[in-house]
Amino acid sequence: MMRLPRFRYHAPATLGEAAAILQGEGSQAMVVAGGTDLYPNMKRRHQTPKTLIGLRKIDALRGVKGSPARGLWIGPATILTDLEESALVREHYPGLYEAIHSISTPILRNMGTIGGNICLDTRCNYYNQNYEWRRAINFCMKCDGDTCWVAPGSDVCLAVSSSDTAPILCAFGARIQLVSKKGTRTIEAKDLYRRDGIDYLTKRSDEILAGITLPPAARWRSSYRKLRRREAFDFPVLGVAACVRFDGEIVAEARLWLGAVSMAPVEAAEAQAALVGRRLTEETIEEAARLAYPLAKPVDNTDFGLRWRKEMTRHFVREALLEVGPPGSPSGRGN
Amino acid sequence: MPQNVKRRRGRGRDSAAASHSSRSKVHLRLRVNGEEQEVACAPHSTLLEVLREDLRLTGTKHGCELGECGTCTVLLDGRPQLSCLLLTLECEGRPIVTVEGLAEGPRPHPLQIAFAELGAAQCGYCTPGILCAARSLLDARPSPTRQEIREALSGNLCRCTGYLKIFEAVELAARRMKDPAAQPSEETLHGRRL
Repeated sequence: MMRLPRFRYHAPATLGEAAAILQGEGSQAMVVAGGTDLYPNMKRRHQTPKTLIGLRKIDALRGVKGSPARGLWIGPATILTDLEESALVREHYPGLYEAIHSISTPILRNMGTIGGNICLDTRCNYYNQNYEWRRAINFCMKCDGDTCWVAPGSDVCLAVSSSDTAPILCAFGARIQLVSKKGTRTIEAKDLYRRDGIDYLTKRSDEILAGITLPPAARWRSSYRKLRRREAFDFPVLGVAACVRFDGEIVAEARLWLGAVSMAPVEAAEAQAALVGRRLTEETIEEAARLAYPLAKPVDNTDFGLRWRKEMTRHFVREALLEVGPPGSPSGRGN
Repeated sequence: MPQNVKRRRGRGRDSAAASHSSRSKVHLRLRVNGEEQEVACAPHSTLLEVLREDLRLTGTKHGCELGECGTCTVLLDGRPQLSCLLLTLECEGRPIVTVEGLAEGPRPHPLQIAFAELGAAQCGYCTPGILCAARSLLDARPSPTRQEIREALSGNLCRCTGYLKIFEAVELAARRMKDPAAQPSEETLHGRRL
């Protein structure tokens, strides 16, 4: 039986208390909300924190506030199911709704939180294995070893950013509030991530994710498309997030982000630029898809063959943009 | 209670930070299937471990232990959740329903009767988790569509039935809960007429 390792457990009632405990315990401590990513990892001895700080009792970390005109505030410890059921999210940020709805299974979405998905540990076939399996290959760079088995010459860990919400939050231009004993700072969602499978977040170990803010939804339309083997359970092998703001029929701003093709979400800058100032037609969409897909440089550490995964990027970018559709199209893509 | 275990009785917003050391056991009051149960368990024990090993409620099955199969599903706060990924001490005071708690007195739940009748359980290992997930679905949606059933049960793997009999059993149970005389459809019993 795979049991959790021992740890001390704290359940603070306020964010201030949680930050104080985290500061006091140092890097030996971790925070946990839903636990659906952390506990399996602890059972496989990827992480063995001496102290766990449960965030369940902190009411200030839960809920959705705001309006499409002013933007939304989302508490990071909000359960994914609650966000799926939020009309604010579903109607005005459909890309975020689709990303959340695509995470794992309904049962796991009853437990997991959006903050947990944002901070989801990077994944790799050589890492997400039990201790005995990993010991048999003499471990890997990400945990207990020093070789990257996907690319033995690599200096950097290539484990994949497998969060569904990360690319869509980057595309929406969401901001992330981080709280520690030393104070509060707010960063762009895209600046939370780093292209390093081990040190994949710029969040310091004494910081707690305390809030997610989404800009006003007015005139933005959005979608999220996800490639995976099964329609449930699976992490993305590719995620495409698209947010487009229209000025009449013309694209005023476009944001395209690829998930699960690298150690961090990847911005398809050239493809975005190619759409601006033009109508969203089959030709412009095709051109954006052609410009976006070379950015996907998958390595052989998740499901499916490499070349097919890369090729699928073109199709999924096209589908995501078709789903966004021009303004007024009846697909319920937001405003 | 050991001295190094600081714990407040009572729950609610006024309770200050609760802390538990890694070595001592914690004493918890759980509400399982409508009964209050007292347990002493390690802080790192999962609800699955406590249900099976301490409370001897072995109806809840122990599968992958990593959230990848759904067989350990129980209802916590009325929602299906995976007992292998829940810390027992986070479940204190919250209503827990396991497969043992689905029956009403001596009468099995209509889902249980329909599963038995239609052969929706073959090896039976996934059945307790599926029954809990289906019960939660029927509580929220008394007449679910096939698509809603598929989605609600998409977190429960079954390697025997191919799911069809499970979906049909949930549909039959839903109909029986409104009309006790409801019968399985012709297609369920004899297959599709060509």
